[in-house]
Amino acid sequence: MKIVLMGQPNSGKSTIFNHVAGYKAVTSNFPGKTVEYTSSKVNLFGEIFEIVDLPGTYSLTSFDLAELEARKYLLRNSVDIVINVIDASLLSRSLELTLQLLELKLPMVICLNMIDEAERKGIKIDVEKLSKILGVPVMPTIALKGNGVKELFSIAYKMGEKKKIGKTLNFSKDVEEVIAQLSTQIKEKQVNREFNVPKRFLALKYLENDSYFMENFEKRDKDIFKDIIHFQNKLSETHNRPSDVVISSERHSLSMNIFEEVALVTRPQIKLIDRLDNTLMHPYFGYIFLIGILYLFFNAVFTVGRLIEEPLLEYFYKIIPLIEIRMGSETLSFSIISGIIQGLAGGIAIVLPYLFPFLFGLAILEDLGYLPRIAFLLDAFLHKIGLHGKSIIPFILGYGCTVPAIMATRILESGRDRFIASVLATMIPCAARMTIIFALVAFYISPQAALAIYILNIIVIIISGKILSRLLPEVTPGMILEIPSYHIPSIKVALAKTWLRMKEFIFIAWPLLIVGSTILSLLQYYKADMLINNFFSPLTSLLGLPLVVGTTLIFGILRKELSMLMLIQAIGTTDVIAVMSTTQIMTFTIFIIFYVPCVATIAVLWKEIGSKRTLFTIAFTSILAIILASITRFVY
Amino acid sequence: MTITLDSIGENQKVKVVSISGGWGIRQRLGCLGIHPGDIITVKRSAIMRGPILISVHGNQVALGRGVARKVVVEAE
Repeated sequence: MKIVLMGQPNSGKSTIFNHVAGYKAVTSNFPGKTVEYTSSKVNLFGEIFEIVDLPGTYSLTSFDLAELEARKYLLRNSVDIVINVIDASLLSRSLELTLQLLELKLPMVICLNMIDEAERKGIKIDVEKLSKILGVPVMPTIALKGNGVKELFSIAYKMGEKKKIGKTLNFSKDVEEVIAQLSTQIKEKQVNREFNVPKRFLALKYLENDSYFMENFEKRDKDIFKDIIHFQNKLSETHNRPSDVVISSERHSLSMNIFEEVALVTRPQIKLIDRLDNTLMHPYFGYIFLIGILYLFFNAVFTVGRLIEEPLLEYFYKIIPLIEIRMGSETLSFSIISGIIQGLAGGIAIVLPYLFPFLFGLAILEDLGYLPRIAFLLDAFLHKIGLHGKSIIPFILGYGCTVPAIMATRILESGRDRFIASVLATMIPCAARMTIIFALVAFYISPQAALAIYILNIIVIIISGKILSRLLPEVTPGMILEIPSYHIPSIKVALAKTWLRMKEFIFIAWPLLIVGSTILSLLQYYKADMLINNFFSPLTSLLGLPLVVGTTLIFGILRKELSMLMLIQAIGTTDVIAVMSTTQIMTFTIFIIFYVPCVATIAVLWKEIGSKRTLFTIAFTSILAIILASITRFVY
Repeated sequence: MTITLDSIGENQKVKVVSISGGWGIRQRLGCLGIHPGDIITVKRSAIMRGPILISVHGNQVALGRGVARKVVVEAE
C-alpha cells in the first residue's frame, strides 16, 4: 500500500515520517529534477507500506518547483491514501490545501498535528465535527512526542483498503454555476482524461489560470481554450476582480467558515518561547544574537571536528606504511590500495568529523525555527547582491558541503536567483576546504590569518554577487516567507534528518573521492604526474608555487581536501613550512578555495542549472582564483 | 490616496484592499492567508529598508519591501 504524506511547510510532516520510517528512509529526486522527496518501505500491521514524504506545499496551484513536482507526483502515481498533515494551530489556513486535496478525489485521512500547540494558543477543535464536515477521518496527533502516530497509520490503512474519499464542498452559488458549466465542456471534450484528474478539479485550475494546465492546453485544443477564457471573464466581471482571486477568496472564506464551526477560540497562554522574537528579531539585538549564535555554532563544529579528526587521521597514517612493508612501495597493487585508503581516509577522517556536527547543529537550528529568522534579518543585505533573504539558507549549508547547498537553492523562486546563489555557494569554503585552511594557514601561519581568509572569502562573494546580478539584471521576486513559531527540537528527529543529509555526501561525493584518489595514485605510479606538472608550469610559476604543486591543483577538482594530502605527498614531507614559504602557503590556499568546484559539485550543478551555466561557473571561479592568488602572491 | 503595506508603522492594524502584483504574487500571498479583506498587523520593520514582519490569522509572515509595496491597505 502506498501512503503519501502531504501538507503545508512546517506542519510536522517530516517528523511523522521520521517516527515511522526513520533511518530507513531514502531521499530520491523527482525524475530529471533536483527536487527531492523521501520515501521508505515499512512493515506495519503485517503489511509492507511504501510511505512517501512529499515536499511541503501550500497549495495545489503551482509556482515553485517543489510544489509543482509534489502535485505531479500525486496525479501520476497510484496513491492508495493521502495523509494530509495539518498544523492544528493554523487550521483555517491549512484547510485551503485540504479543500484542494478533496477536489482531487483521492482517499484521504487528516492528521491534526501539534494539537497541544493549538490548545496552548487557545484553539480548541471539535475533531468529530470537522470529520463530519469533510467526510474523512481526522486524527489528532503530537508528532514530536509520537502521540497518536500509530493510530493515524492504522486509520490510514483501513481507509486505504476501503478507498474512501471525502466530500466535495461547495462554493457560492454563482461560482458553482460557472464551475458546473465549464466542467460540462471539459467532460464533453474529454480533456480531463489526459491529465487524469476529476473534471471539477480541472475546471477550478483553469479558472485559477494555473500556468501548468493552461500551457498544456494552448498547444492542443483551441476550442476549449475559448470556453476557459469566456468563463474566466465571466467570473472576473461579476466579482470585479481576477478569476483566480475569486476562486482563492472562495476557498479562503469556506475554510474560515469551517474553522468557525469547529473551533472554539479562547485566550492564548504566552510562554517564554513566544517572547524570543522580541530579542532575536530585534532591529539591533537581533544582529548581535545572530553573530553570537553563528559564532558558537561554528566554534562547536570545529571543536568536535578536531577532536575526532586527529586520532582518526593518525590511525590511517599508521596503516599505509604497514601495507607498504607487506606489498613493496613500487608495486601497482600497492599504489591502487593506498589510493583507495587515502580516499576512504579523506571521507572518514577529514570530512565526516566536521560534516556530522555541522549538519546536526543545523538540523537543531532548523527545527527550532531559527533559519527563517536569519533570512528575515539578512534580507536587506542580500538584496545588495541581487538576491533575497531566503538565499542565506543554501549559503549556510555551503559551509558543510557544497552538494546539499546547491540542492537547497530550489527554495528560491526564480531561475536567475537559483543560478546566482549556486555560483556563489560553490565559493563558500566547505568542510573539505576548511580542513585545508586549518591545516595549512591556521597551523603554519596563524589563526588570525585563517580568520582573514574567511573574511576575504565573504567579501569576494559579495563582489561576485554584485557582478553576477549586474550581468543578469532582473528584479528578484522579493521575499515572501512564513516565520513559523519556535519549537523545541527533538534529538531523535534531528539525528534522522542529519543522517538523511549525510547520505547525500556518503553516496554521491565519497565514491567520487575514492575514485579520484585512486586515479591519482595510478598517475604517480606511471609517472604521469610530471607531465601534468609541466602542463601547469605556466600557472604555478605565475603564482610563484613549486612545480610539484601542479598535480595537486588538478586533483583538487576531484576532491578539495585531496589537494592538501597531495601537497604533502608531492613535496615529500609533512613539514610544509620547510619547503614552502608562508606566501606560497597563503597563495596555494586562496587558489584552492576559489577555483573550480569539485567533481561532485559539478555533477549537481549540471543537473540543477544546466551544462552551459555549469561551464560558466567553472570558468568564472577559475579566473577568479587565478586573479586572487596572483594578488596574494605579490601583496601578502 | 492609496496606502501600501510597506508604509505602515510597527504595531498598526490594517485591512487588505487589493494586491496589485501579478498572478504569482497574488497566489503566493493567498496561500499564506493574505487576501483582500484580511486583517494584518505589522509587527516589525527591519533596518536598512529590509523586510517587514506581519501577523495574519495568528501566523507570522516576512514580506520583502518590494512585495509589501504591492499590497494596498486601509487603516482598520
